[in-house]
Amino acid sequence: MNLSDWWQMVLFLALLLVAAVPLGWWCHRLLDGRLTLPGERHLLRLAGIDPAQGCGWQRYAGAVVLFNACGFAVLLGLLMLQGVLPGNPQGLPGLSWHLAFNTAVSFTTNTNWQSYGGESTMSYLSQALGLTVQNFLSAATGIAVMAAVARGFARQGTTDLGNPWVDLTRIVVGLLLPLSAVFAVVLVWQGVPQTWGAYPLAHPLAGGEQTIAVGPAAAQIAIKQLGTNGGAFFNANSAHPFENPTPLTNLLQCLAILAIPAGLCLAWGRLVADRRHGRALLWAMTGLLVAGLLAAWWSETRPVAGLAAIGADPVNLEGKEVRFGIGPSVTWLVATTAASNGSVNAMHASMQPLTTLVGLAFMQIGEVVFGGVGCGIYGMLLYVLVTVFVAGLMVGRTPELLGKRIEAREMKLTAVALLAPSAVILLGTWLAISCESGRGSIANPGASGFSEVLYALSSAAGNNGSAMAGLNANTPFWNLLLACSMLVGRFAVLVPVLALAGGLAAKPRQETNAGTLPTHGPLFIGLLATVVVLVGALTFLPALVLGPVAAHGALP
Amino acid sequence: MTARHHVDRARVLRESLRRLSPLAHLRNPVMAVTWLGAAFTSLLWLAALAGQGGEPPAFVGQIALWLWFTVWFAGLAEAVAEGRGRAHAEHLRAARSTLTAERIGELRADAPAETVDAGALAPGDLVLVRAGGVIPADGEAVAGLASVDESAVTGESAPVIRGAGGDRSAVTGGTRVLSDHLIIRVTAAPGEGFIDRMIALVEGASRQKTPNEVALTILLAAMTLVLLLAVVTILPFAACVGGRMGGTGTVGLATLVALLVCLIPTTIGGLLPAIGIAGIDRLHRANVIARSGRAVEAAGDVGVLLLDKTGTITLGNRQAAAFIPAPGVGERELAEAAQLASLADDTPEGRSIVVLAKERFDLRCEAPAGAVVVPFTATARMSGLDAGARRLRKGATVAVAAWLTDQGSGLPAAVIAAAEEAARAGATPLVVAEGGRALGIVVLKDIIKGGIRERFAELRRMGITTVMITGDNPQTAAAIAAEAGVDDFRAQVTPEDKLRIIREFQAGGRLVAMAGDGTNDAPALAQADVAVAMHAGTQAAKEAGNLVDLDSNPTKLIEIVRIGKQLLMTRGALTTFSLTNDVAKYFVIIPAALAGVLPALGGFNPLGLQSPHSAILAAVIVNALLIPLLIPLAMRGVAWRPAPAGTVLAHNLLVYGVGGLIAPFPLIWGVDRFIASCGLA
Repeated sequence: MNLSDWWQMVLFLALLLVAAVPLGWWCHRLLDGRLTLPGERHLLRLAGIDPAQGCGWQRYAGAVVLFNACGFAVLLGLLMLQGVLPGNPQGLPGLSWHLAFNTAVSFTTNTNWQSYGGESTMSYLSQALGLTVQNFLSAATGIAVMAAVARGFARQGTTDLGNPWVDLTRIVVGLLLPLSAVFAVVLVWQGVPQTWGAYPLAHPLAGGEQTIAVGPAAAQIAIKQLGTNGGAFFNANSAHPFENPTPLTNLLQCLAILAIPAGLCLAWGRLVADRRHGRALLWAMTGLLVAGLLAAWWSETRPVAGLAAIGADPVNLEGKEVRFGIGPSVTWLVATTAASNGSVNAMHASMQPLTTLVGLAFMQIGEVVFGGVGCGIYGMLLYVLVTVFVAGLMVGRTPELLGKRIEAREMKLTAVALLAPSAVILLGTWLAISCESGRGSIANPGASGFSEVLYALSSAAGNNGSAMAGLNANTPFWNLLLACSMLVGRFAVLVPVLALAGGLAAKPRQETNAGTLPTHGPLFIGLLATVVVLVGALTFLPALVLGPVAAHGALP
Repeated sequence: MTARHHVDRARVLRESLRRLSPLAHLRNPVMAVTWLGAAFTSLLWLAALAGQGGEPPAFVGQIALWLWFTVWFAGLAEAVAEGRGRAHAEHLRAARSTLTAERIGELRADAPAETVDAGALAPGDLVLVRAGGVIPADGEAVAGLASVDESAVTGESAPVIRGAGGDRSAVTGGTRVLSDHLIIRVTAAPGEGFIDRMIALVEGASRQKTPNEVALTILLAAMTLVLLLAVVTILPFAACVGGRMGGTGTVGLATLVALLVCLIPTTIGGLLPAIGIAGIDRLHRANVIARSGRAVEAAGDVGVLLLDKTGTITLGNRQAAAFIPAPGVGERELAEAAQLASLADDTPEGRSIVVLAKERFDLRCEAPAGAVVVPFTATARMSGLDAGARRLRKGATVAVAAWLTDQGSGLPAAVIAAAEEAARAGATPLVVAEGGRALGIVVLKDIIKGGIRERFAELRRMGITTVMITGDNPQTAAAIAAEAGVDDFRAQVTPEDKLRIIREFQAGGRLVAMAGDGTNDAPALAQADVAVAMHAGTQAAKEAGNLVDLDSNPTKLIEIVRIGKQLLMTRGALTTFSLTNDVAKYFVIIPAALAGVLPALGGFNPLGLQSPHSAILAAVIVNALLIPLLIPLAMRGVAWRPAPAGTVLAHNLLVYGVGGLIAPFPLIWGVDRFIASCGLA
C-alpha cells in the first residue's frame, strides 16, 4: 500500500468518526420526542394525525408496510407510464412490467438494485418523482423502525412504540432533506449536472455525433448516498464522471454512505439510555470495516502472476477508474457493501476474487457493519441478542440486554430475522443455478459465474443493490427472483424486529449491577465482532469456497 | 447431607439404549437431525454395499456407526443424569414403603382407633402416631408434642420437635415419631404428599423444560437449520462449479451428512437435558428441593437477598459479652451476682451469662439451699433469685430502676450511662441489682455467624445486594449491619412489611430472594422471585416458597444462588464450545469434502491428515466422543468463583471459547493418525 492511500484511508475513517458525533446527537434530538420541528404540527394536523398518539408494534409495522406499499404502487405506475407522462425530453418508453416491478420493489426496500440502465431507461420524471422520492422514504422507514425498536428497550410496562407518521415526518424533514440539499449544492459545485433540459448533442473532434446524458442528477445522488440507497442516475453509477466528477466528490460521497449509519450508532446509544452501548456498536462496526478494508486492500494490491507474465503492470487496474486508482476504489467497495448502499465507483466483477469475497461477506452477514440507515442498527441488534444470550449464560444469569430479559419469544423472532435473508440467499442461488432461465443470464461459467449469482442474491437479500456485473439480470426470471429476495430481506427482518421491540416494551427494565454482562467495553466489542464473523462464516463458508475462493484458485 | 445413593448402572444403560428411538428426540431438534443423519447414512451404507453411490462401503459404514454412537452418547448423558436422581428417589420410596395408620374419630389420644392403609387416608382424617410409629401422611399436628426423626427426608439424624400449634406443627409422611405421641390432621391426599412430590421431582417425571432451556433450544434449532441449508446447498453449488474446475463435480452424500452432524451443535444439544437434570440434582444434594426449574434459573439472576437477622446473620440468640460494674463494685462481684441471678434462667441469654462468668472468673456458683427462684414475668420484666437475705435481680434498665426506686434507692448515673452506651452500640444491657444496690450491667450482644462477612463480600462482587431485615430498633440494626458487612438494612420490620419491601425492590427492576418459615412469611415468600421455605416451617410457608430447604438453614440462599449461576454458566460454556468447535471442523472437512470438486483445494491440508476419508471420519469421531468426554463437566457444572461479570466472562471465553477453537485440531489429528495406522480409512 502506498503512503497516500494509507493517509486517504486514515483521513476517511477519522472524518467518518468525527461526523458521527453531531449526527448522532441530532438524530437523537429528532427521535426522542422532546423537539418539535417548525411547522410539523400543521403538517401532521393536515393529515389528521395526532402526534401524541403512539401505537403498539402491530400498528407500527402495519403503518410502515402500508406506507411502503403506497410508495411502491406510485413508483410502479410512474415507471410503467413514463412514456405518456411529462418530464421525458428523450421520449423514453415505459418500462416492462417485470423491470418496473423489480425497480419499484428495489427502491421501496432501500435496495436500489439496478436492472435498468439509468440514462437509457428512466425519464427525468421517473428519476425525480419516483426514484428520488423513494430514496428519501425508504431511508426514513429504516430510521423510524430503529427509533421504534429503541423505544422498546427504553420504555417499560407499555405497548407504545411511538407514532410512525411523526417519526417519518421528522426524519425526512429534519434530517434527510436538509443534509441532501446541502450535499446536492456541493455536488453541483463540483460539476454534477442538475437540469431538466434534454441530452445535448456534442460534435467531438474525431467527428460524428455524441449524445451526452444529463438530467436532474445532483439532487438524486445526494440522497442516494446519504440514505444508503445507491441506485444511480447514470448506468455506470459513481464511476460515471457526472455522478462522481472529482476526488473531493469521491471522498465526500464515500463519507456520505457511512455517515448517517455511524451517527445512528450513537443516537441508538442515547435513545436506549446507554451511550456506552452505542459507542460499542460503533467501534465493533468500525473494527469490522477496517478488517474488510485491509483484506480487500491486500487482495487488490497483490501482483497478479498472469499480468506479470505478459509484461504488464502486475497490479490489476482492469475495470477500475484510473482517475481514482486502487485505494479509493477499494475503500468505496468496502464502504458500499458494508453499508447497504450499493453504489459503485469500480466494477466489482473486475476486482480480484478475494476482494469480492469481502464484499459478499459484508452483504451476507445481513448488512450490519454500518448497514442501511436504521436497518444496520436493528440488524446488528440481532447479533447483539445472540451474543448476550450465549455470553449472558456464561456469566451465570438468564440473558438480558439493556435490562430487558431475553427469553424464548425474543430468540424465536431473532432466529426468524437472522434466518430469513440467509435462507433466501442460499435457496435463491440454488434455484437460479438449477433452472435454465436462471443459468441463461450467466456470462462467465464456473466459479466466477457462480460468484455472480451468489452476489446478486446476497445483494438483493441484504438490500444492498450493488451488482458484480457479468449477469444479465433484466429478464422476467431474475427481476422477479431478486424482487422477492429484496422483499424478504427487508420485511422478514423489519417486522420480527418490531414484534421483538413490542414485547420488550412491556417488560420491566432490570437494574444493571456488577453481575450484569457489560454490553460495552473491549471484551464485548470483540465478542460481538467475533459472533458476526462466526455466524456469517458458518452459514456461507461452503458457498464462498465454491465461489470466490475457487475463482481465486483458478487465477492464472 | 444426603448420602450418595447407589446408581443402577444396568438401568442407565437400558435407558440410554431406549433413547436410540427417534421418538426420544422429538423435543431436541439437534439430536433429531443427528438421528435422521444416522438413519440416512445407514441406508447409504446399504446402497454402497450394493455398489451404488461412489463412496466405499467401509467409509460410509463407519460414518453411519459413529453417527449412531453420537445419538447414543447423547441418550447416555441424559440417562446418567436421570440415574442419579432416580437413585435418590428409590431411597425416598423405601422410607414410605407400606404404611398403615391408626385412624381415630375424635381428638383424644385414647379414642378408639381403626387400622387402615395409609393410601386410604383422606385430607381431614385424624390419625394417632405413637412412639416408634411412622407418620403415614403429610399433615399438621393438632395435639401432642413429640420428637420426630426426619432423616428419611432431610438426611439429618438429629431428631426435631413437632407439636400442636405454632410454626412447628407441620409433619411429613414417612418420618418416624421417636418419643411421646402426636395426633395429626392429614392435609395431603394419597400420592400428593411431600415425599411423593419429591420423588416425582427427582425422577424428573414432572420435569418441564425451563424458560431459558426453551430459549436456548430455539437458538440451537435455528443454528441447525442454518447449517442444514449451508450443507444441503453444497450439492447443487458444487455441481454448478465443479465440472469447470477440473474436478468431477460430485460430493459424497455420506460426506455431506458427516459435515452436517459435525457442524450442528451436537455437543450442547446432546448434553442440554443432562445439564438441567444435573443442576436440579446438585440442588438436591445440597438438601434443597426445587418446586420448579424456573426457580433455579431465577436464582442465578437474583439482585437482592433479603436476610432475616436472627438465624441467618446472627446466631439465634443474644449472648452475654461483657460485665460493666457500677462505680465501687468489682467486676468479679458483678459477675457472681449475675451468675446467681441467672442460674434458674433457662433462656439462651440466661445460660450465656452463666457461661461468661465461668469463663472470665472461673465462677461455678450453685444455688444455695432454700433459694427461691423469681421467674420472669411480663409485668415485672425481671427475673432473679431470693436466697435468704440476698435478693438478686436482673432485667431491663427501666424495670430494675423501678424496683430500686421501690426500695428507696435508684440507678446511679454511671450505670444509666453505661446502659445507654451499650444500647447505642447495638447491644442489649441488663442491669443487675442486689437488694437496693445496682451492681452494674451485663451486655448482651448479637453474635455474627462466622465467615458470613466474607460471603457477603463475595455476593457483592457478583453484584448481589444483601439487605438485613430485623425487628430491632434502627440503632441496633445499624450496628449489626456494619459488623456483618451487609449492604443495607431495614429496622423495625414486621413480617407484614416484608411484602412491601420486596415489592419496592422489584419495582426498581431487581429480582429478590428471601428465606422464611413462618405462616406470616407466606405472602412475602409468594411475592419473592426466589423463595426458600424452611422445611421446619409451616405448611403455608412451604406452599408459598418455590424452593424448600430440608436443612432449614437460611444461609443456604447463598448456596442456591451459586447452583443457579453454575447451571446457566454450564449451558453457556458448552454452547460456546460447540460453536467455536465448528471452525476446526470446517477447516478439516471442507477441503476434504470438496477435493473432488476443486482439486486445487485438495492440497490445502495444513494438519497433514492422511486422506480425505480419514480426515472426515476423524472429525466425526471426535465430534461423537466430545459428548461422553464432557458428561462429567455437565454433571459437575463449570468451575465457579464469585467475581464481576466481566471477569467471569473473560475467563469462560478463554477456557471454552478459545479452548473450543483449538482443542479439536490435536484431537482430530490424533484420531486421524490412529485411523490410518489401523487401516480403517
